[in-house]
Amino acid sequence: MHPAYSVIFFTVLSGAGLGLLFLLSVMILAGHVPGTDLFGASTALIALALIGAGALSSGFHLGRPERAWRAFSQWRSSWLSREGVLMAAVMPFGLALAAGWFGEDRAAPWWRVVAGILVVLCPLTVWVTAMIYASLKPVPRWHNAWTPVAHLLFALMSGAAIAYACLRGFGYVAPPGGYATLVFAVVAVAVKLGYWRHIDRAHPAATAETATGLGAIGKVRPLDPPHTEENYLLKEMGFRIARKHAGKLRRIALIYGFALPAAFVALALAASGWIAALAAILAAVTMLGGLLVERWLFFAEARHTVMLYYGTDAV
Amino acid sequence: MTDLPKGESAKKLGLVIDLDTCVGCHACAVACKEWNSGGIAGPLPDHDPYGAAPHGVWFNRVHSFEAGEGTEGRTVHFPRSCLHCETPACVTVCPTGASYKRASDGIVLVDEDKCIGCKLCSWACPYGAREFDDDAGVMKKCTLCVDRIYNETIPEAERIPACVSTCPAGARHFGDLGDASSKVSQLVAARGGFDLMPEMGYQPTNKYLPPRRKTSAPSCSAAPEPAPASIESRFLKWVDRVLSR
Repeated sequence: MHPAYSVIFFTVLSGAGLGLLFLLSVMILAGHVPGTDLFGASTALIALALIGAGALSSGFHLGRPERAWRAFSQWRSSWLSREGVLMAAVMPFGLALAAGWFGEDRAAPWWRVVAGILVVLCPLTVWVTAMIYASLKPVPRWHNAWTPVAHLLFALMSGAAIAYACLRGFGYVAPPGGYATLVFAVVAVAVKLGYWRHIDRAHPAATAETATGLGAIGKVRPLDPPHTEENYLLKEMGFRIARKHAGKLRRIALIYGFALPAAFVALALAASGWIAALAAILAAVTMLGGLLVERWLFFAEARHTVMLYYGTDAV
Repeated sequence: MTDLPKGESAKKLGLVIDLDTCVGCHACAVACKEWNSGGIAGPLPDHDPYGAAPHGVWFNRVHSFEAGEGTEGRTVHFPRSCLHCETPACVTVCPTGASYKRASDGIVLVDEDKCIGCKLCSWACPYGAREFDDDAGVMKKCTLCVDRIYNETIPEAERIPACVSTCPAGARHFGDLGDASSKVSQLVAARGGFDLMPEMGYQPTNKYLPPRRKTSAPSCSAAPEPAPASIESRFLKWVDRVLSR
């Protein structure tokens, strides 16, 4: 599948923002919320900015962005519509959460209610986004249980890394933030490795023989293409990445998305002062970079059944 | 609403494509392009039409495949277009309600005024039936010539899809596949018509008829040697004798 940058940025950034907002809400519900206005409000706003930037970026992907409001209507059948509705719902609650830090009462019931709603809404939104991909039968490398689990864990992991960077940046030591990031990273990398193992070994969901129905005659191979130049289908669904590049990019994603950030977090846990703050921030930044590579691969490695008509043997 | 119509639609208009008869002339694709450039889905983009790399939107694409090996091998021409599925995920994934399946006859259409061009429907179609119109910013697809088949301003004989009307080999048939007694249904039953990629579970309405099995011809070695013609004329017999000396 063609890796559209708008969608890659959208899923990585909004995932991180939703993970961050989820963790902030958990902190509030658990009563472990740092006292200053500045930390809480700015972290919540970073989360909202990430979600908003992602949503804006996905708007560029549309052919008719001015009609985007129509996408709120079909939530009964469409995962994409559900995503739009939930994204729009998260925003006001996120703003209310940020506003709560400026209030007098850190234990105000309404604030806890807002946090409680976000604890449900944020992971639900990430899951619904992942289901857009996981529900597509013609793309077997997305249509599996690994996809939503991986998306949820990446959102949690990158949200935790940003939360820890904010905590250290505002001068809080907060070791649990660092440990949580490490634990999430270990689980997330295990799931991603499982996903890659799955897509490398899965039996084909369809073949050129079933796509044409000519399997009874024998092996099917293309003779003449229907058109001499590229068309929309080949541009959108025909993108393929060479196996050796995929292997290299998987290693890059593992290093920048998991190994390097984990090392920076470990450094931040051991160090103090500005070194710890810098290490925690570097952890979050490299992780987002690594996740962008991972998400690019998620698209580039996926194969669509339409390519069975254009010379691919099995998908 | 992008919910599918409740229950099976009684009428299932669709195509039956005979892979035995198709000669791969692309006339159906051209006729489709011609009609739909001016029909309800038109205009269809054509970029660089006379240049080195022309490309644009077509609702019908004719592939040619080889299947099997040796004397059992076949060349099969294979037109590919929207199959107007019974459970089309291209419809249910649509976030705006632009994609819909008609309850009255099962035709799958796009309301271009509602489409936001998110392209998700094209990802959801296993068959590559939808192509994006980058001029209009909306998705386009086969309409089963809905603007012909119900069009009372054209002669009744022409109220069939353009691809069917133009096919010089008679390889394309149009009718109601929901009616077991219709000509197309009987054709499917008689010839063992099949679904493309049934494992996807989309339940296509359009059916394909398989190439007929080859009738076994005697092989070259088994054929008798042609006998020399017996010579009747006396003169020629004499010539033969003289020359045979």
